[in-house]
Amino acid sequence: MDNASLFQCLLRFGDNTLVLGHRISEWCGKAPALEEDIALANTALDLIGQTQMWLGYAAEVEGADRSADDLAMLRDVWDFRNILMVERPNIDFGHTIMRQFLFDAYHHAQLTALSRSSDPRIAEIAAKSVKEATYHLDRSAETVIALGDGTDVSHAKMQNALDLLWPYAGEMFESDDVDAQMAASGIAPDPATLRDAWDLRVRDTLSLATLNIPEDNFAHKGGRTGARHTEHLGHMLTQMQWLQRAYPGAVW
Amino acid sequence: MKPDLATIWEWLGEVPDPEIPVISVVDLGIIRDVVWDGDVLEVAITPTYSGCPATSIINLDVETALRAHGLDNIRLKRQLSPPWTTDWLSAKGASKLEAYGISPPSPAGGPSRCPRCASTDLQRVSQFGSTPCKAHWRCLSCLEPFDYFKCI
Ligand SMILES: [Zn+2]
Repeated sequence: MDNASLFQCLLRFGDNTLVLGHRISEWCGKAPALEEDIALANTALDLIGQTQMWLGYAAEVEGADRSADDLAMLRDVWDFRNILMVERPNIDFGHTIMRQFLFDAYHHAQLTALSRSSDPRIAEIAAKSVKEATYHLDRSAETVIALGDGTDVSHAKMQNALDLLWPYAGEMFESDDVDAQMAASGIAPDPATLRDAWDLRVRDTLSLATLNIPEDNFAHKGGRTGARHTEHLGHMLTQMQWLQRAYPGAVW
Repeated sequence: MKPDLATIWEWLGEVPDPEIPVISVVDLGIIRDVVWDGDVLEVAITPTYSGCPATSIINLDVETALRAHGLDNIRLKRQLSPPWTTDWLSAKGASKLEAYGISPPSPAGGPSRCPRCASTDLQRVSQFGSTPCKAHWRCLSCLEPFDYFKCI
């Protein structure tokens, strides 16, 4: 196991939470109801807090005198290692909640496994984060069920969201050389091993939500390897990184 | 002369939580350790939630309080493991929360009674509330909304 691979692995964790955290914070002040607004903002806060820990550790491992803030605010699209699903635009509340649920179910399984990592720093960050992810998953699953098994309109919107998002789920379970090295040294699970727990949770919830899982398992990928992001990430970064780009080194 | 650790814990017990000033940082269970490392006082603090914005204010308040008692050589350490749990909230802290109008955490996963009228006829409004550590509930007897301190 070399430091470059560990760095890549930590970027994958931290970029997922950073990009999704930023995406859902876009709802702040304009969610359909005040309670939803508060819930999404709090979830975003947890994810950004987890990002600080992952990217903080990534910066130490890299040893190139960069901070977590530098990694978040000064990298360009091709250096991000998040899965494509989290960079997708919010579209509407149903799509946002469906994406959150599909991610939360994965995140929960991943963090549970990472809390047993042979790397003590990763294990302690995961043990902290999994408590938050458990709460996120309870809530997003409950909301998916309420909306899927709701009115004709909410049901149609949730089915549409699931159809749109399903081709982005497969990337969560893809593995490459970095994953193989992490799995061999007990640092992180092979993503493929998380699929069963995820499938179980997702199928159970979607069935209660009276939603049909698409049969085609085609998967868009390229985000977590950095090979190919969607155009949406660049647009997101122009907003997220604007202040540091316009006023380099600005601090609170 | 170095003050003894019991005295320092007493001082820390007077530092209020910035979001819920009725309880102290010691009541909240986030001060995990206080030790003398030679002439340096090391205080280990654990965050409640990863992204809780109060964390940096808490560090500042702890440091300010210790300096006000004449300690200059202070090192604050962030301790993540084991992760914070509401089990560490002191009994004194829980009763102060309730008197303040915040229902304390309960293993049942929801408030046991309305902090105002003690009714058990309660309804959850939202799983989240005004801060990361709280959820929003409502009493169906007195009709008042209230915060519930989430159990994690
Ligand atoms: Zn009441």
